[in-house]
Amino acid sequence: MNNLISQFWPYTIDGLSLGAIYALVALGYTMVYGVLRLINFAHSEIFMIGTFAVLGMLHLFGMPSNVGGFALVGLLVVFAAAGAVASGGSAVILEYAAYRPLRRHGASRLAALISAIGASLFLQQLFARIVVPWAFGLPKEKGALPIQGHFVKRTDVIHIGSFELSNDRLIVIVGAVLMMVLLDIFVNRTKLGRGIRATAQDPETAVLMGVNIDRIVTATFAIGGAMAGVAAALFMLRFEETRYDVGFLLGIKAFTAAVLGGIGNLRGALVGGVVLGLFEMYGSAIFGSEWQNVVAFSVLVLVLMFRPTGILGESLQQARA
Amino acid sequence: MKFTGVIAVSAALALGASACGDSGSGNGGGKGDSVTIGFVGDLTGENSGIVIPPKQGAQLAIDQYNATNPKVKINFKTYDSQGKGEQAVPLVKQAITKDKIVGMIGPTFSGESAQADPVLEEGKIPNISASATNAALASHGWKYWHRLIGNDNVQGAGIGNFIANNLKAKRLFVINDASEYGKPLAETVKATAAKAGAATSEDAIDIQGSDYSSTVNKAKAFNPDAVFFGGYYAQAGKLLKQLREGGVKARFLSGDGSLDKGLAQGAGGTTADGSIIGCPCLIDPTGSAGAASKKFAQEYKAKFNADPAIYSAEAYDAASAFISAVKAGNTTPEKINSFLSTIDQPGVSKQIKFSSAGEPTATDVYVYEVKGSELPLLGNSKTATVK
Amino acid sequence: MNDSSSGNPLTRVRGAYSSAADSIRDRWSGAPSWVRWLVYVVLIAIALVLPADGIGSFMSPYTDWPTLLFFPIGGYILLGIGLNVVVGQAGLLDLGYVAFFAIGGYGMAVFGVKFGWSFWEILPVGVALSALSGIILGAPTLRLRGDYLAIVTLGFGEIVRITANNTNYIGGPNGIGGIPHPPSFSEWTIPDNGLFDALGLGGVQPFKYGALDGKPYYYLMLLVIVIAIIFVKRLESSRVGRAWASIREDEDAAELMGVPTFKFKLAAFAIGAAIGGATGVVYASQAVSIIPTNFPFILSATILAAVVLGGSGNLPGVILGSFLVAWIPERIRGLQEYRVLVFGAVLVLLMVFRPEGLLPSRRRKAELAEGSGGMGSMGAEVAGPATVAAGEVGE
Repeated sequence: MNNLISQFWPYTIDGLSLGAIYALVALGYTMVYGVLRLINFAHSEIFMIGTFAVLGMLHLFGMPSNVGGFALVGLLVVFAAAGAVASGGSAVILEYAAYRPLRRHGASRLAALISAIGASLFLQQLFARIVVPWAFGLPKEKGALPIQGHFVKRTDVIHIGSFELSNDRLIVIVGAVLMMVLLDIFVNRTKLGRGIRATAQDPETAVLMGVNIDRIVTATFAIGGAMAGVAAALFMLRFEETRYDVGFLLGIKAFTAAVLGGIGNLRGALVGGVVLGLFEMYGSAIFGSEWQNVVAFSVLVLVLMFRPTGILGESLQQARA
Repeated sequence: MKFTGVIAVSAALALGASACGDSGSGNGGGKGDSVTIGFVGDLTGENSGIVIPPKQGAQLAIDQYNATNPKVKINFKTYDSQGKGEQAVPLVKQAITKDKIVGMIGPTFSGESAQADPVLEEGKIPNISASATNAALASHGWKYWHRLIGNDNVQGAGIGNFIANNLKAKRLFVINDASEYGKPLAETVKATAAKAGAATSEDAIDIQGSDYSSTVNKAKAFNPDAVFFGGYYAQAGKLLKQLREGGVKARFLSGDGSLDKGLAQGAGGTTADGSIIGCPCLIDPTGSAGAASKKFAQEYKAKFNADPAIYSAEAYDAASAFISAVKAGNTTPEKINSFLSTIDQPGVSKQIKFSSAGEPTATDVYVYEVKGSELPLLGNSKTATVK
Repeated sequence: MNDSSSGNPLTRVRGAYSSAADSIRDRWSGAPSWVRWLVYVVLIAIALVLPADGIGSFMSPYTDWPTLLFFPIGGYILLGIGLNVVVGQAGLLDLGYVAFFAIGGYGMAVFGVKFGWSFWEILPVGVALSALSGIILGAPTLRLRGDYLAIVTLGFGEIVRITANNTNYIGGPNGIGGIPHPPSFSEWTIPDNGLFDALGLGGVQPFKYGALDGKPYYYLMLLVIVIAIIFVKRLESSRVGRAWASIREDEDAAELMGVPTFKFKLAAFAIGAAIGGATGVVYASQAVSIIPTNFPFILSATILAAVVLGGSGNLPGVILGSFLVAWIPERIRGLQEYRVLVFGAVLVLLMVFRPEGLLPSRRRKAELAEGSGGMGSMGAEVAGPATVAAGEVGE
């Protein structure tokens, strides 16, 4: 408890920046769930692919180091774009290879979940055994090890007493909120966004109204994947390291955040992510970091007991409200 | 590619071995006499980086022996447990019942050892681990179990005393990775330093997580002058980086799991410089510790095109112990085991001699200092000094 | 069937496989009871000689076959049977099933090591303990629907593992070592002659539980599996089984028809948990030592994959699925570090070509055709050119 009081601001800021990344990854889960009622288990690997795309860009730029100020923001925009393209693209391929054939057979969501688990294992191992050793010129047995790309020069943007805000945490929080606002506008104001909402609400009626469901599903995966790609760029800014299973725990937490906020609900993802991030940090401060994940899941169980559809309630179409 | 080559060779050897084994354990034929020594550990999983070097160390010793064209050749067969007990157990049974091994090097990690060693014990197969350091392994009264590495109590006491006496640290913050290796080690370090008068506090990290900021904040609040981490280098580098970014400037120390260049890589740049890693093992690529160590380093480098790394010298010594037994005419597990109980010969890493519990009699802990991407040997933890 | 017969070769193979499976099923349901009993006896006889060396050298050239038969194969089958009660019969998605396996395992370890109880005393206690934990987990969470339940159970599995890791009384990350083997029944040895020798079982002591020979443990596991099958089979055809089916197909309708859905869901959870706990007790009695990392989340996912792969809700299918999921990764050890990669791809391919599982139950297929599929189908269903599932049922 003393820890929490003396280090309140650091814990809060770390919780917010952790929650911001959870929220961006949670968007992918929540959008796919909203439209397909499917837990896209392989979304964590979509995120992982984004982190490696960022790492690839770093190599392409000749491994810059100690980048700070506006140059860092510029570099990050490039990374976010690369991550978004790589993750969004692989999410679309994933849907095409692992989910679409099942949808055509009218398979149960359970079958799709197993296909997702299989795809998740496959993608992890593909990177650990083949892609990473090849791309980074490593011996085969080292493909499963973490790979670093140090490029950030960390400075404190604000420093008042115990309140310190470093540039990387600020960018993560601002970047995540910005992406969420853009997505919210997109879903609510554009034609494609309307199609996504209509499909989430009632797929059969949407078809009758002339919505091309396949196109909507592809768009959903592409957008959710792109958000994971941006999250990957922010993640790399903060931690500068990745490996083949980097998405595993993060994916579970992001899905928890999505459910916590109300799955299928875009704003719920933000609320869920932030709540989860803060509770994890405060909980660790009080009980010790070894209980961090227990705190996270206990918060989930408690919230669901009192609000069975999450903090903000379900479903994509309610994102208007 | 080199890696698959080695596997292919050992697989071919193994085929030969099982062909012999089928005709009975006596190995009837005159000139083609051979026995099989196994090696079990995580050869392809995520921790294979610290299992390949000992495998190569053992391979080197056995290849050198076979090249002398001895009366009884030794086949070397490897088993990939992924570091998991539930996979190591059936593999070890296969090794005993089908491959008729007469000795086993490994299992490599402590967790899998706790599950697989009882099988080796009942199968009456002498086994020597070059890297399983969990102290509790020695407490079961196993007769066929040995190791050639100081256990976590030895290591933890060595590092704890080094922190309190040589570094003269007053406030020690201890972090563990919540694994069966890191937690007991960290606890021994903490207890030893506390006994020597240092104030201590502790926290743990999740090895699958990326964000250690809650641990960093706790360390910052404690304001230590030394931080010890019990865990592996993959996390140690990341943790050290985040500690420094969070403003924790205390000297960073860790144990044998972090004795790898990956620590400096993970921390980035020169962040890890001056960190100190303790290990009951000897890693000495430059051969500064003596003639035997120098010869081993050169031969290892010539064969594998890499410097000897963690546990490679210990596994070389473990293989040498088996080789000496076979040379002395012992070709059954029973005879090899009784030979091991009286063995007393110089090895590369330490004197090869076991206590009645199977522990090595040598209890030296060495400390290494991170300098750039190198980990030069500072010396014995009792005497080494740091600037 | 008109669509698929004109389709590509893969579709045709799939069609042929389905109709073959259907004709076997038809004959089975029409067979007189003495034929069925004969088949049961033959199956058990096959199971008894399964650990023979001759079979092992083909099935498992890289690792010890009898031990493999005990765990993972036998263990996965028993876990699959238990999870099938929850997922396949009651239609509740459980992603934290490994928690009950862990509770059973730790039950065996704690009572065996700290209190000196024997295996046979611990087995019922461990089973009861797991069932109780199933009720404790279920009571507050079973009012949640579908995927909310999935994430809560996932969280429960992680909470159990991390708590075990952080609790010093049960050894923390070191786990518990020195777990006693079951006491040996007798030293009786299978005679070393003729038939038994030919089967490779000569000289085996099937009731003596040591560390080296895996066969006695396999027979123990087999016994527990057979008991579990009989128990679950009887439940399935009872009032309880019918209640589960009604909950699975339409929970609201079941509730309106007067089925106390909460009570039955809780029962499914408790029974599934009890079988998971039994697996844990049996496993720990062989393993000598258990540590928290023996119970990772991925094991829950793997068992779920086994159930769905085989045919959720159909016991023979679940057993087949569990067998394959446990056996394939060990059989393809020759692929070295690529085996998990191949395993993941196989999972996706099997689901793409056989989404209803290898041996689905009749009722399940019908549900699939309606699009409800018990667990519900994906939201945006696309009426594609090859709606095979629907075609098959209409046959």
